[in-house]
Amino acid sequence: MTWLFDFWRSSIGGKVTMAITGLLLFGFVVAHLLGNLQLFAGPEAINAYARFLHERQGLLWVARLGLLAVFVLHVVTGIRLARGNRAARPVPYAKDDTVQATFASRSMVFSGLSLLVFVLYHLLHFTFGLTNPAHYARKAAGADGHDVYAMVTASFHVPAIAIAYAGFQIVLFLHLRHGIQSLAQTLGLHHGRYTPWIARASVVLALFVAGGNALLALSVLSGLVTVAP
Amino acid sequence: MKVVLHVWRQQRRSTKQDFVQDGRMVRYELDHVSPDMSFLEMLDVLNEQLIRKGEDPVAFDHDCREGICGSCGVVIDGVPHGPERGTTACQLHMRSFRDGAEIWVEPWRAAAFPVVRDLVVDRSAFDRVVQAGAFVSVNTGAPQDANAIPVPKAAADRAFDAATCIGCGACVAACKNASAMLFVGAKVSHFLHLPQGRVERERRARNLVAAMDAEGFGNCTNQNECEAVCPKEIPVRVIAELNREFVRARLIEEPVGKKRVGGDG
Repeated sequence: MTWLFDFWRSSIGGKVTMAITGLLLFGFVVAHLLGNLQLFAGPEAINAYARFLHERQGLLWVARLGLLAVFVLHVVTGIRLARGNRAARPVPYAKDDTVQATFASRSMVFSGLSLLVFVLYHLLHFTFGLTNPAHYARKAAGADGHDVYAMVTASFHVPAIAIAYAGFQIVLFLHLRHGIQSLAQTLGLHHGRYTPWIARASVVLALFVAGGNALLALSVLSGLVTVAP
Repeated sequence: MKVVLHVWRQQRRSTKQDFVQDGRMVRYELDHVSPDMSFLEMLDVLNEQLIRKGEDPVAFDHDCREGICGSCGVVIDGVPHGPERGTTACQLHMRSFRDGAEIWVEPWRAAAFPVVRDLVVDRSAFDRVVQAGAFVSVNTGAPQDANAIPVPKAAADRAFDAATCIGCGACVAACKNASAMLFVGAKVSHFLHLPQGRVERERRARNLVAAMDAEGFGNCTNQNECEAVCPKEIPVRVIAELNREFVRARLIEEPVGKKRVGGDG
């Protein structure tokens, strides 16, 4: 397996690792959003979905551990590459300028590290129930222990939480907006005809995921989605 | 026209082991600059002025002064080779600046390009990358009859797009990560589309990337700044080709024999 480690350690191997793990993580955030959009269909729909997932403990744990491995690899490789990039320019320009690099592309390290903090908070909030134990308790208290609807609406009814979640979607948008088109280029998908469309699709897909997530939080806050009694 | 220059002055030579940080930006005023002068001619005028005053002239690299040798190159107002697209610093003219402009002039800034003095950097890292395999070493025999080896026009154009690289290093200077992937991509793409070059494609991709990594260049994050400043307008397509070639060489093609051809990249 040393060949695989050697590949990972090379500059392009690191980039390819970022692209493949990034693609998998993008797939996850899309699936995560599609699952959560069932909040709009009411408590029965989303709670049935939660029950559906939890009835498959074996598969659920395979998915969780796989996702964790992919996430850790993305973060570790990203930090390794970013450190290399910093070391590659020891003296900064006295006057720096940018011709065509987007703000999103220049802030990938910042947006990535911000998302890491957000994901940790998100897990503490809804998965481990440590930040708002009262909200978490509502999940177990509801019908057959999977009242996700009650937990989520109780949380997003708190303005600070809803606004923090919605605000972080701007960071997610920036990260995906560059990340999706960047991973295509890294995997060697470059074509005079399609590359400009990949760039546009990248913006649309990022807007869909980040906008959808923000919509969920803000819909509860604004009362569009009613809070469980 | 008048210009105010801020020029990077550095006496001590940097090396990769000892990257000197004690240079500084020095302000100079020039009163009689013709808009028809090239940027380098303007620096010549500055140096004459400095020599008359008994000061050290500003060291900068230059050779052909017609945009084809790749010797010149300074970062002008934060952009390698200055504000005009597809133009080397020697082909940039002072008419591109307004009268009274303040212009910031700095060397390429990259760990792989240590500053020799003032605006001159050591670009031998590029030479070592080229020596690692940016050439054809298979025996191609005696001179062929014309058109004995058919090369489609589209392939010849792609190869030529990459072959126009003059190795100036602006891509590294412009890259936010000081990555050399546009340069290395150009070397790979240059040979990839031609039958003589394809023979050694795996070895070339492996060895060029290994040499590039060993020189301490950064890693491409697809921000495309390199393409924007390249005086030969080499497209980032060559980076996608480099990525494909490296993955093909390292993960897809089976190594020949027990020992890999060309050593372990």
